[in-house]
Amino acid sequence: MSRPIRILVAKAGLDGHDRGAKVIARALRDAGFEVIYTGLHQTPEQVVEAAIQEDVDGIGLSVLSGAHMTLFARIKELLRKEKADDILLFGGGTIPQEDVQPLLDAGVAAVFTPGTPIAGIIDFVRREGGKRSEAQSRA
Amino acid sequence: MAKVNGKLNDELKSAKTVWRAQFEAGAKRPGAIDRTISDLPLKPLYEPDDLAGLDVERDLGYPGQYPYTRGIHATGYRGKLWTMRQFAGFGTAKQTNARYKFLLATGQTGLSVAFDMPALMGYDSDHPRSLGEVGKCGVAISTLQDMMDLFDGIDLGTITTSMTINCTAPVALAMYIAAAEAQGVPQAKLGGTLQNDILKEYIAQKEWIYPPEPSMRIITDMMAYCSKFVPKWNTISISGYHIREAGSTAAQELAFTLADGFAYVEAGVAAGMQVDDFAPRLSFFFNSHSDFFEEIAKFRAARRIWARHLRERFGAKNPRSWSLRFHAQTAGCSATAQQPKNNIMRVAFQALAAVLGGAQSLHTNSLDEVLALPTEENVQIALRTQQIIAYETGAANVIDPVGGAYYVERLTNELEQAAEGYFRRIDEEFGGVIPAIHAGFFQKEIADASYAYQREIENGERIIVGVNDFVVEEDHQIALLKIGRETELEQNRRVQAFRAARDGEAVERALAAFKRAAESGENLMPHYISCVKNKATLGEISEALVPIFGRYREPAFI
Repeated sequence: MSRPIRILVAKAGLDGHDRGAKVIARALRDAGFEVIYTGLHQTPEQVVEAAIQEDVDGIGLSVLSGAHMTLFARIKELLRKEKADDILLFGGGTIPQEDVQPLLDAGVAAVFTPGTPIAGIIDFVRREGGKRSEAQSRA
Repeated sequence: MAKVNGKLNDELKSAKTVWRAQFEAGAKRPGAIDRTISDLPLKPLYEPDDLAGLDVERDLGYPGQYPYTRGIHATGYRGKLWTMRQFAGFGTAKQTNARYKFLLATGQTGLSVAFDMPALMGYDSDHPRSLGEVGKCGVAISTLQDMMDLFDGIDLGTITTSMTINCTAPVALAMYIAAAEAQGVPQAKLGGTLQNDILKEYIAQKEWIYPPEPSMRIITDMMAYCSKFVPKWNTISISGYHIREAGSTAAQELAFTLADGFAYVEAGVAAGMQVDDFAPRLSFFFNSHSDFFEEIAKFRAARRIWARHLRERFGAKNPRSWSLRFHAQTAGCSATAQQPKNNIMRVAFQALAAVLGGAQSLHTNSLDEVLALPTEENVQIALRTQQIIAYETGAANVIDPVGGAYYVERLTNELEQAAEGYFRRIDEEFGGVIPAIHAGFFQKEIADASYAYQREIENGERIIVGVNDFVVEEDHQIALLKIGRETELEQNRRVQAFRAARDGEAVERALAAFKRAAESGENLMPHYISCVKNKATLGEISEALVPIFGRYREPAFI
């Protein structure tokens, strides 16, 4: 029996738009995952530190300030540096379509743009986050 | 109709019985048709009975008269239309200055500054926390030079400017005063508005530096300073916009915003001012969301509640203290990335609701704002939407045109009652707005409402056109305004050059005096101005008080 999937919902950057992050956090929790929310205004360093400390299977990063290219790339870089690259990095926010592919190319597992049904995000987390949580359970 | 007496004659009663039977027997559409977007229950039909208890003289009055339900001006929009004020700012001060000149040439009648996240949070552009954020959500302003460049060639003695800035509002005002002085315009002539509503930051928008208590002291210092020296300036724009965007209901937006307003009045009085010295300079900022009639009722209820509390509870004597003036902005959170041109229609209906609700100024969102800052073409459509409402629809030609409608008056009453219920809870359960913030009350209420709303969309009870119904395969690529990395690098060079060219000792002296004033309780506003004139940067001024006031940390909860 594998342990529940653990997800860190993270708000990086300086903006305070936490509506989406909180809705997603509640929806993931209601779907049976363990959810930790970082609170606002986290630096990439703080996000990665929390992810490792909490031994999460995935980080769901919410960015609505326009700084998504900088923040996702920095978090991915820190995960690699900390040898925690098996932690799934996904996210969403006000991210224009043309920035989605470059983010995927940079190693972001999925980018959910405005209007994405939550059910789709839950399925994604169950499928992709579940891989790490199963591996951890076996280990 | 001179009087609503709540009694129906026999003929009408039998007609009502017939209608009721036919209505009950008829088929009904599925979905959330029996409640507003905010979950207020709706009847299928409103009738004279719904106005039982409404006293036209007491509850509605006349335009320009207490309790201002029908508007704050006797002339409505026949005298003067609302101010068409498009919020704008991006990149460097020079880039935004060009946009302002474009907007003024297009017929806009006031300026509204959007600052970038670092300026809003008290960081200079070259601070490590600003990385990737410079000029993205608004214009990058770190120095007095930036502010002077922002208004280069624009006469600050004639234009009015709204600045959406909160925890760093005193720095922005100080820079504006200094920039005007450099143009030869004295501060007494300056007209405009600062958002400066720190309470709603803790509740919803979440941009802060210091904890609530010292932040309120800064605000009362500004109120006292402006009432003496910048008398035409609106010192606080008490804002429900962000509360609504964060997911609140209309009733919560109304209640929490007005509760914040009362808290500022209480703080001003506690600081030794007379209510009529500062209340006339308080203004409001509301969201205009998609539920058309609920929004109109919300605006009307807001005016009545404010008037009653200011006169009856706070004892204000000046009618200008009683009258609630407000700016409205269409709901950014209602815009969709899917089929973005549909946003033009959403904005038009929301803007019409604001006009029918009697707004003093209005920002209409551009169709692309869900994805990025708007392009010039899209801003023009948004502004034209206001002009079409003003000049073609006839909506501005009759004062409070929906007044007396059974539905709207009933909804106005219900929203007022819902707000009064919240005021009681805030006072009785928590002992005021600030303790309620510390307890997370507002934040939880909003999170609950936004989750409930999202679930209604997820399960299809509410249809969002193009999102969960009427979906088409589409190419999302629309031309967007991009702010590149080169903007950040250029801005950082400008800030560093500004620091290199100043008198470092003068900066230190001004900052030291500023800190002493913070500790002694002296009014801080003259010191903000002195720091700015001595070329301290926004980041330096903001950081200076952190050791004295502390830094706010929000308890994180889902």
